[in-house]
Amino acid sequence: MAKFRIKRYNPEKQAEPYYEEFDYDIPEGATLLDCLNHLKWNVDGTLTYRMSCRSAICGSCAMKGNGHALLACQKQAAHLLKDGSDTITIEPLGNMPVIKDLATDFQQFWDKVDQVKPYLQNKEKPPERERQQSPQQFRKIDDATTCIMCGACYSDCNVLEVDKNFLGPAALAKAQRFVGDSRDQATRDRIKELSKPGGMWDCTHCGECVERCPKPAEPFYRIKELMAVGLEEGVTNNVGARHALSFVKSVKHSGRLNESKIPIESMGYFNIKGLLDLVPVGLRMLLKMKIPPIIHKPIDDAKDVRRIFEEFGE
Amino acid sequence: MIKHDVLIVGAGLAGMRAALEVCKDLDVGLLTKVYPSRSHSGAAQGGIAASLGNSEDDSWEEHMFDTIKGGDYLSDQDAVEEYVKAAPKVIYELEHMGCTFSRTEDGKIAQRSFGGHSKPRACFSADRTGHAILHALHEQVLKNAKSIKIYSEWYMHQLIVEDGRCGGVVVSNIRTGEVEVIHAKAVVFATGGYGRVFQITTNAFAGTADGAIAAFRAGIPLEDSEFVQFHPSGLYRQGILFSEAARGEGGYLLNGKGERFMEQYAPSRMELAPRDIVARAEQSEIDAGRGVDGKDIIHLDLRHLGEARIMERLPQIRQLGIDFIGVDCVTDPLPIQPSAHYSMGGIPTDMFGQVVIDEKGTPMKGFFAAGECACVSVHGANRLGTNSLLEATVFGERTGRSALKYARNAEFSKVNESHEKARVLNQVEEIFQRDGSESYNDIRNEMKEVMMAKCGVFRDAEKLKSCIATIQDLKERYKKGKVTDKGQLFNTELYEIIELGNMLEMAEIISTAALARQESRGGHFRTDFPKRDDKDFLKHSLVSRNESGMELKYKPVVITRYQPKERTY
Repeated sequence: MAKFRIKRYNPEKQAEPYYEEFDYDIPEGATLLDCLNHLKWNVDGTLTYRMSCRSAICGSCAMKGNGHALLACQKQAAHLLKDGSDTITIEPLGNMPVIKDLATDFQQFWDKVDQVKPYLQNKEKPPERERQQSPQQFRKIDDATTCIMCGACYSDCNVLEVDKNFLGPAALAKAQRFVGDSRDQATRDRIKELSKPGGMWDCTHCGECVERCPKPAEPFYRIKELMAVGLEEGVTNNVGARHALSFVKSVKHSGRLNESKIPIESMGYFNIKGLLDLVPVGLRMLLKMKIPPIIHKPIDDAKDVRRIFEEFGE
Repeated sequence: MIKHDVLIVGAGLAGMRAALEVCKDLDVGLLTKVYPSRSHSGAAQGGIAASLGNSEDDSWEEHMFDTIKGGDYLSDQDAVEEYVKAAPKVIYELEHMGCTFSRTEDGKIAQRSFGGHSKPRACFSADRTGHAILHALHEQVLKNAKSIKIYSEWYMHQLIVEDGRCGGVVVSNIRTGEVEVIHAKAVVFATGGYGRVFQITTNAFAGTADGAIAAFRAGIPLEDSEFVQFHPSGLYRQGILFSEAARGEGGYLLNGKGERFMEQYAPSRMELAPRDIVARAEQSEIDAGRGVDGKDIIHLDLRHLGEARIMERLPQIRQLGIDFIGVDCVTDPLPIQPSAHYSMGGIPTDMFGQVVIDEKGTPMKGFFAAGECACVSVHGANRLGTNSLLEATVFGERTGRSALKYARNAEFSKVNESHEKARVLNQVEEIFQRDGSESYNDIRNEMKEVMMAKCGVFRDAEKLKSCIATIQDLKERYKKGKVTDKGQLFNTELYEIIELGNMLEMAEIISTAALARQESRGGHFRTDFPKRDDKDFLKHSLVSRNESGMELKYKPVVITRYQPKERTY
């Protein structure tokens, strides 16, 4: 017998959320959604969640199982019973307000998708037949287009937890779907927009969204592709791009990071306000004796590192 | 009261395609009980048909003939002609909008083979074609946000008809429970199908006949309801769809003895015969005890395609097998069975999406329908794979244009708002007051079981009569169901109960039309009348309700180019 510990919330009845436990013997092959449906249809009809296709394509039933976002229809319930535990904890998606039980408010999610101008931009008059696109060009956007907008990545994004302005993984993956599309002509404008605060460079590379994505969309990899286009396009007049460039320069030069120089180069030598912002952090580090050595020494075989760079053409 | 020039109910392919036409000149409300991107069109996998001729010479005439033969000659041929002629243009339009397609080496849209099509004409985006089109249309709808207002998670309860003209709909906001009237010069239904009436189905939970029944209750008869398509490859017991593309790419169907049994049923087309024939062949094998391990299982075998091909063309199918049944199709065959998939019938329309209310073709002013909920009829008695995405797109566009044209020259009709609202509020109150002696879950399960067992792939008079009796009994029990959630806020239980009411009505309509059609044609097979009967039944059925119960009428089939012939493959 498994315990389903479900986070309940119904502001019509009670202002605070609470957890309720349901016992259910998981039938063989039952998905988490099958189990929830059993509970809703036989035990408590007030239990509220979204669902529709039950085949991992509509994106309705994203929620948290044991603390991580997933699609209820795609997850075998028994797989959530790990390490001899008999309890599965079910909660609503994170980083969104809850409406009732497991149903969350997606408004901010969609607003951010809107912000990346999520449609093809091409000013030329289309040909009579299809526009040409090679299989190789199609492959560049193949993964991004598998996104089902379920919000699992958005829920578990660590940046969003501290910065509500971050576009979030799904919107950025959607942006890559157009930046990478050989038929789209707005690459530069898109990249400029995406380089602003809250955009692609605010991703901290934690990779959580890749872990949570139920499809091959894997937003972080799409974000990395966006960053690469940003550098290729020379849209580098921003902290994120400068940080990446300084990082590479430092490793290439000395085989390791010059931790004193990177923050300064990231801010930009002429960014007085940005540099002044660094001062308090620097002072605190000094007080705690955490300041990196002022004189930066290369590693012994730094020239081998440089050779690697040359071999791979930067 | 909310007002829009045109109100579209349903935001799948047909609904969104229609919205994009109307928004060129008028203001549109686009209402869906889910979110547009969650619509069931997105679950379509294999492709969208058009005679582009990108991999082999093809023509609209061949597409037309295949469609009509596939539909067992019940299609209206004038509509089919318009439909297949429009196909290439709508595909190019989708491509121009940004829809992604798999490509040939020289950069054209790739095309593959599909059941019942004599040429490779399925344009596709790997094995998620519906998803690719749905999202491309959604992108365009977002781009046109100024003139398209989306109502996500709103439920449509009923159609407002006064003096033979449609004036809007009564809806509720699922999130708040508020009931509202939406006043519109024209209403377009694009509400999808009703596979959820059956136990084993590929359909989403949302496929509950809401639109068809709202029209039916407004006095519009439903056309060809007996024709329900069973897809040959739904996942065993669950019905989750494994695209026909798996067979289009060369997959085999095997019975319990490991035989490619299609040799006995359709030697020339084998696994790529039309779906009705393949589904019947599977069911025959199962009924004869030749299912895998003696169960209701047929094997879909893709192993010989190899991992590379599967990953390029059928990656989603592989993942579905792994996630839902723990079978990797690269190393093991997938267990499948026939699953209710598509409704050929629906709300009768002309070839411009205008709803017609009788056998004479009288239009219901201001009311239009497109996509699976509509019956134009292009699919006749059996739809070919990849023709549904095409139908939704072609007729979505045409219907949008018709609604635009109509609404441009129309005034808002008079609507008695408080009266219309009261009808729905009373219905909800009545549901909340039920005595609670019955379980809705039991009623739903019994309906699904009886429809599968007695109104499924093989039917006969005795089964159908017993099916109708059971459904009528379930309808009585439905009035006494137990409600646990009586709140206003996001009350999903309430909508499930209302949906069940719609499905019970639909189940009775399907089985009534099936009992009356004493012949076998396309997706409708009567073991007591195993032959097609063109003399008595080359006609469309129309079911409506009068004081004494269901009433059946018929209307002729439009035949232009292709005279009915025996259908063999």
